[in-house]
Amino acid sequence: MNPANSHKPEPTRLQGNSISPNFYPSTMIEAKNLNKRFGKLQALRNLSFRFSKGECIALIGPNGCGKTTLIKTILGMVVPDSGHILFDGKDIQGQFAYRAQIGYMPQTGRYPEAATIAQVIKMMKDLRGKDARLDESLIHSFQLETLGNKRTGTLSGGTRQKLSAALAFLFSPDVLILDEPTAGLDPVSSEVLKQKILEEKEKGRLILITSHILSELDELVTEVVFMQEGELRFHAPMAQLQEQTGELRLSKVIARIMQQQTSQPPVAR
Amino acid sequence: MKKVMKYVLADILRNRIVLLYTALLLVVSCSVFGLEDNADKGMLSLLNLTLIIVPMMCIIFTTIYQYNSAEFIELLVSQPLRRRHIWLSLFAGLAAALSIAFLVGVGLPVILFQPSLTGLTMVLCGVALSVIFVAIALLASARTRDKARGIGKAILLWLFWSLLWDALVLFFLFQLSDYPLEKPMVLVSFLNPIDLARILILLRMDVSALMGYSGAVFREFFGTGTGILVSALALMAWVAVPLWLSTRAFRKKDL
Amino acid sequence: MQSAFARRSIFLFCCFGALISMLHTSLIQAATLEARPGGKSIKTCIDQARAGDTLLIHAGHYHEGNINLNKRLYLRGIGWPVLDGDKKYEIISVHADSVHIEGLRIINSGYSSLNDIAGIRLYGSKGSTIRNNQFDNNCFGVYSEYGRSCLIEGNRFRAYGKEEILSGNGIHCWKSDDMRIIGNDIQGQRDGIYFEFVTNSIIWRNNSHGNIRYGLHFMFSHHDAYISNIFSRNGAGVAVMFTHGIRMFNNFFEWNWGDAAYGLLLKEISDSYIEGNYFSHNTTGLHMEGSSRIQILRNVFERNGFALRIQGSCEDDSLLHNDFVGNTFDVATNSSVSRNFFSENYWDKYEGYDLKHDGIGDVPYHPVSLFSTVVENNPPAMMLFRSFMVTLLDKTEKVLPSITPAGLKDDSPMMKRNVRPPNIKHESG
Repeated sequence: MNPANSHKPEPTRLQGNSISPNFYPSTMIEAKNLNKRFGKLQALRNLSFRFSKGECIALIGPNGCGKTTLIKTILGMVVPDSGHILFDGKDIQGQFAYRAQIGYMPQTGRYPEAATIAQVIKMMKDLRGKDARLDESLIHSFQLETLGNKRTGTLSGGTRQKLSAALAFLFSPDVLILDEPTAGLDPVSSEVLKQKILEEKEKGRLILITSHILSELDELVTEVVFMQEGELRFHAPMAQLQEQTGELRLSKVIARIMQQQTSQPPVAR
Repeated sequence: MKKVMKYVLADILRNRIVLLYTALLLVVSCSVFGLEDNADKGMLSLLNLTLIIVPMMCIIFTTIYQYNSAEFIELLVSQPLRRRHIWLSLFAGLAAALSIAFLVGVGLPVILFQPSLTGLTMVLCGVALSVIFVAIALLASARTRDKARGIGKAILLWLFWSLLWDALVLFFLFQLSDYPLEKPMVLVSFLNPIDLARILILLRMDVSALMGYSGAVFREFFGTGTGILVSALALMAWVAVPLWLSTRAFRKKDL
Repeated sequence: MQSAFARRSIFLFCCFGALISMLHTSLIQAATLEARPGGKSIKTCIDQARAGDTLLIHAGHYHEGNINLNKRLYLRGIGWPVLDGDKKYEIISVHADSVHIEGLRIINSGYSSLNDIAGIRLYGSKGSTIRNNQFDNNCFGVYSEYGRSCLIEGNRFRAYGKEEILSGNGIHCWKSDDMRIIGNDIQGQRDGIYFEFVTNSIIWRNNSHGNIRYGLHFMFSHHDAYISNIFSRNGAGVAVMFTHGIRMFNNFFEWNWGDAAYGLLLKEISDSYIEGNYFSHNTTGLHMEGSSRIQILRNVFERNGFALRIQGSCEDDSLLHNDFVGNTFDVATNSSVSRNFFSENYWDKYEGYDLKHDGIGDVPYHPVSLFSTVVENNPPAMMLFRSFMVTLLDKTEKVLPSITPAGLKDDSPMMKRNVRPPNIKHESG
């Protein structure tokens, strides 16, 4: 954010300073200069951003660009080497209670293998405590009750995704972090999930979705964050991107931007 | 924390390997007492079981469980739970499960066939060793990301404490045989939990042989109330120190 | 016909008895004197008595210093009279033959670092009897020098010394012959029974326990036998040294714990028998050095640290039909060759088989373990006993003997015990 720091690549701002701090009246998650290194790999490189309530943010980028690391950092599963994350204005370092406001759907959810679906759901409810606001709509719409006696170890990838999704939405969290949510889901379930995400967005939740293919989620997305090699390459509202590139579909938008960048690299390079 | 421990324990007890381990211990213990006409020889076989098989089983099972439930741990970590609590719950669940397995598999037959002070000492030492090697395994797995390397480390640690350490001690005993080593040996025995447990059992089992001069030094120390207290504290330290180190490592670990 | 003969025999016997008793009273006319507190003192009685008289000592506490018994008298206490040496005196000095002392309670003898002060001391006495007395807190109990054919029977010795040099032995015999030491109970002395230059004597059914040094200490004493004694919890067990022609039968050697404690220590012994004894709970059951031509038969070694320690200086000893059960180590030796013979013993650690079904194992048993050899050289290594590594080493050594003497083996190990274990438990752990 500091213009004087010119040797560090800046996130590409596609239109001046239209995204000013004042633009975010209800910042939910704020990152300041995150750095994380795994051995030789720089997974996060001086990452800064603000995410607000009511947004649906697509976190995109090629494999190994640091998306999952970023998500895990927000969840406190990865501890950054430097930098801070503020959740609802408070630094999350060493904290745990803030996670009550997050629903997390992992890329591949795995649960104690010998436990049944019903036992896992019961366990999660138990772990969250009594005062959580329960939202069991996904459990119903995915018809997980009928599979209640199935052991999680024997589940197919799709059923497992359904369980993960149901658990992520179960506690009506303010923030939803969905890592590749539609991968492995059949079209019907995928649509159910999409509707659910839309519903939650309307309620003013912050929704963070990672994916490399977002085509079926295009209509949900309000903002796009594009990462590459641990860097935040750009962060802009979807509408603005569509307008600038003249494309409607997100994949096309991204492709167009990539082309522009290769022909006209950022100033810092 | 109790809740997490409850689910960890439930998960481990559902695991077939722990049930198999319990059954194995039970079969070995019962057959040992059933086949040997001499209960002392039976105790000797159980001593080997307690000192060799139990630590091996505990360290390897804990390590494998730890890696296999990486996603479960991730799931827990993404919940509003303290990492320290998650880790201590994992430890408590594993330690409780493996101790229960030992108590059922060895403790029960010993109480039935050999209800003596020697038997009691052996059961207590076996439980202590189970818990200690769970703690050591947790330290190894908290410090190592890679599953294969983690399991390799666990096997090496077991081999070190059960075999290599004693070989080193014997080597140095012969190198330094001109010096009076009885008292330093008391200290050395605290540095290996298996040795400590073994000596505590030996002091009951081979009491006549330990009446010689060097044995007397040990007996004078370990036979007193203070000695038993100090040994118990040492065994606890063998749980507490690895557990503390591993908790520290886990709190900073990236999942 | 039978009964007629019996009747005649009884008649003859009675006539003969009457004749003898008439002769006795008329020729010797033995008197009975009585000492009692407030009456005649013991010393006065002895002065007034003639050889062959009886002296009855009534209950009471007598402080008469040293009593010199220089006549052939029959001393008998009535109601346990106490003869107190006031920590200064030798209480009774016997300078006569065929003395009989019975029923006295002899306490508090003196102590001297120069003389061996005893409760009763026999000076070259022949055929005397010391029976059923109580000795309490004396330096030496009964001391015999140049004694012959004396009987020391049924006495009880208690002493409370803590250090070897400040206490004496219970029954001490020096340069004596044909002694009988029977049924005494000795505790807290330096050595329970001490024999030096004592020949042709028997030690039978004594219980010598909790003494500071040895339960039985035996030196330069030939052609003796000790049978059915109990030696337990003595500082160093039992020592038999520099002797030949000893018979040791059916004794118990138990609970002798310590670095230099042995059930039985043999040193420079030859031509002796050790048979039917029970060695249990000793640091070392039987320790032999410089011993030759000893027959060790049908003994039981149970739950000792080392059942048998046989040094290289032993030869031509035979160990036959013994049982080794529950010992930490069966046999230890400091030598790489064995010149002794082991056969038909039972070893509970034997893992061989008996395909011929003749009760004898088909493969020899090597009773010396590698680790016992290691411990001999390096005692602190004992602390590694029963560790995984030591077990592995021992198993390897059993397959490929390298350090342990290959010749020390039992070619005919028994599959079942030779000796029925004693079922009388006189003392439990």
